[in-house]
Amino acid sequence: MSGERRAFGRCMILGAAWLAIAFLVLPMLVVFPVSLTDRYFLSLPQDALSFEHYANFFHSAEWLSATWQSFAIGVSASIAAMALGSLCAIGCWRLSSRASEIVRALMLTPIIVPAIVHALAFNRTWVQLDLLDSYLGVILAHALIGMPYVVITVSASLANFDPKLEQAARNLGASLWQTVRYVIVPAIRPGVLSGGAIAFAISFDDIVVVLFITSRHIYTLPKRIWNGIQDHLDPTIAVVASLLIATTFAIVMTRHLVEKHRQLQRGVGETEGR
Amino acid sequence: MNAGFRERQAYWLLIAPAFALMLFFYLLPLVQLLWISVTEPAPGLGNYKSVIASAPIRRIVWTTLRVCIETTGPTVILGYLIAYAMVHVNRGQFAWMMLCVMLSFWVSVLVRAFSWLVMLNTNGVVNTFLISTGLAAEPLSLAYNETGVVISIVHFMLPFAVLPIYANMAGIDKIYVAAARGLGASPWQAFWRVYFPLSAPGIVGASVLVFVFSLGFFVTPAIMGGGKVVMLAEYISVQIQDLLRWGLAATLAALLLIGVFAILAIMSRFIDLRMLFGAK
Repeated sequence: MSGERRAFGRCMILGAAWLAIAFLVLPMLVVFPVSLTDRYFLSLPQDALSFEHYANFFHSAEWLSATWQSFAIGVSASIAAMALGSLCAIGCWRLSSRASEIVRALMLTPIIVPAIVHALAFNRTWVQLDLLDSYLGVILAHALIGMPYVVITVSASLANFDPKLEQAARNLGASLWQTVRYVIVPAIRPGVLSGGAIAFAISFDDIVVVLFITSRHIYTLPKRIWNGIQDHLDPTIAVVASLLIATTFAIVMTRHLVEKHRQLQRGVGETEGR
Repeated sequence: MNAGFRERQAYWLLIAPAFALMLFFYLLPLVQLLWISVTEPAPGLGNYKSVIASAPIRRIVWTTLRVCIETTGPTVILGYLIAYAMVHVNRGQFAWMMLCVMLSFWVSVLVRAFSWLVMLNTNGVVNTFLISTGLAAEPLSLAYNETGVVISIVHFMLPFAVLPIYANMAGIDKIYVAAARGLGASPWQAFWRVYFPLSAPGIVGASVLVFVFSLGFFVTPAIMGGGKVVMLAEYISVQIQDLLRWGLAATLAALLLIGVFAILAIMSRFIDLRMLFGAK
């Protein structure tokens, strides 16, 4: 009897958890039917499905250039964040002194500072440096707010890296640069790449900083979505939202499957080894 | 590790480019912003005095705190539920749950806010459904008010609650609950008196994270509030973009920053913040 009650309790908890997960995922999917609406305002399709708004997006010079700008800025900013952040994390890891720990803590400040606060700070300084509304200005700001994540992921990878390998390379006569390039970086590649992925996502998604450091020249995708939401709710935004969600799902799914595949392979390898 | 002086110098060279950029293009601009709050329009604490004296700003701060509290509660409860299920299901189901959490975690914040606008609008999906099924006679006002703001922030913050609670729960040995049961505790007692206290650090961590992130949140409240529910970040933005009141905006930004750091400083006595930000 109590066993039955326990099983019932388990089912209730599991059901509630899946409901919470449904709350997390399902509302985002609503943009797919809306993107296929046959009307000129945000609504579910009324009489027929229409790809008109998709055509609209793919023929709009404005939307396409915004997508391209965001992509170019995201790639540049994440490459800068990966390169500088990784070197910084390696230096801090090897020194591990009080001073380097303080440096590492300061490198993480952009995670904690609210976006609106550093957006104001960037605006004020970028005006003085004449970086406002320039690619360099946006890339620099995005590299700075993405860098802490690279420092974190690379530090996590380094925690599993044997310092003796580094010493061996140095004792065998490798220069510092050679050691970093051929010994350390290959070992921490997963950390570098996942930090880079986060930095790219942050740049690609940023609206707050962009609102404060760009005007007419730079028009990123989030800025166009933002302005679209503010003035008229055009179904083209639902198209953009659908495309972004579909892309995100595809990337996360692929990673999930690759991971699963790797785990399976490792599992097979272990049994063969036995 | 006893590296020689020159050796250590070489490693500082690796740190230098990133740190120099952070110092001159991030930390100094922040300091400059704080400096504005005590110098513009006149030197002194005038800005801080007028912020404290201003009734509209007090109302904004109150709205912000209220929304943060209303958000943190449900987010942590739902996050706890999901994390609890995640540590107790089999591997197949776990993988699906984690996948769903990561999916929503990676989707753009603007896109998520926009979806909620589509859902909760006066002629949005929820209202269309309610009216066509006869559950409501006229559209409910769900967007552009506090309910809509809170729902959409909870949605945005939920993955940030699930992950630290899950990380904590994954470290709790199941043997404790089994021992409590073996000693005659009911399932509820075993959960409430044994498991729950062990999972408290995760709850505290998630609450701090969600509260602090909500405090300075701009995008979702600005979209879902529609100018009717104005939180601090949006108010600061309006001061600059429409009114160019730098002194006031810098003061509010400084107070926001102080608030965030104060909360983190206090909480760091109870929990390891580095774990929270994945820095450990």
